[in-house]
Amino acid sequence: MAPVATPFFFYLLSGIMLIGGILVITRKNPVHSAVALIITLLAQASIYLMLYAPFVAGVQIILYAGGIMVLFLFVIMLVSIDRSMRERQFNSQWVVGIIAATALGGLFIAVYTKGKDIFPEHVLPIVEDNNNTQEVAKLLYGQYMFAFEIASLLLLVAIIGAVVMAKKRI
Amino acid sequence: MESMLHITTLHYLVLGAALFLLGVIGVLTRRNVVIVLMSIELILNAVNLNLVAFSRIWGGVHGQVFAIFVITDAAAEAAVGLGILIAFFRNKETVNIDEVNLLKW
Repeated sequence: MAPVATPFFFYLLSGIMLIGGILVITRKNPVHSAVALIITLLAQASIYLMLYAPFVAGVQIILYAGGIMVLFLFVIMLVSIDRSMRERQFNSQWVVGIIAATALGGLFIAVYTKGKDIFPEHVLPIVEDNNNTQEVAKLLYGQYMFAFEIASLLLLVAIIGAVVMAKKRI
Repeated sequence: MESMLHITTLHYLVLGAALFLLGVIGVLTRRNVVIVLMSIELILNAVNLNLVAFSRIWGGVHGQVFAIFVITDAAAEAAVGLGILIAFFRNKETVNIDEVNLLKW
């Protein structure tokens, strides 16, 4: 399907993502931050759809917005946030942090203004077949099979580590 | 105006850079560990956006496969980070990252 009103949706979704990101880092209540992050992730899934990556968009919604963020909300429920909400929200070196982030932003601007010619102006034509998931699967279980196995090992280690650290006594 | 209306790869990269910067500011300035972890998720998402945009311009789906690996890493990182947070909260009764100073002298 040909894209419809791409600039409008791009700017709309970018605005949602940026406002959500700003809310994530400025809200006092972590639950509000988590909800803002979920909105950001859903808008990003829509941007994946605009980039013709439906499988990654689905994974983003199911795994990120549905899995990881539920984990975050569970942990927010377990730890008491009353005390931290009454305290100062930004640490004492926030000025240095803002300066460092501004320097990094200046670096990004310099790189993107100087190097924008290396990105092709016109993207490849869209192949009009719906086998994105099959192509991802072919690469994932073919060329990247070793990395896939290592990722499963990483998840196993993460499960064991999370259980060991969250348990009171082993 | 022409460049505003024609969405190129650079637009996606600039959006990714802006999200990355928001995440960096969150990591560097916030005191609440939960929000620091969420800012790390913002950073990983900015990288994912760049990977998928690159996979769009060069054709093929290699970038999307990389994005899936990054999501896997984000899940592992969130699980371990929140496990550490629970252990920390049990010992210190706080989620304030400034009080994680056991190894400082």
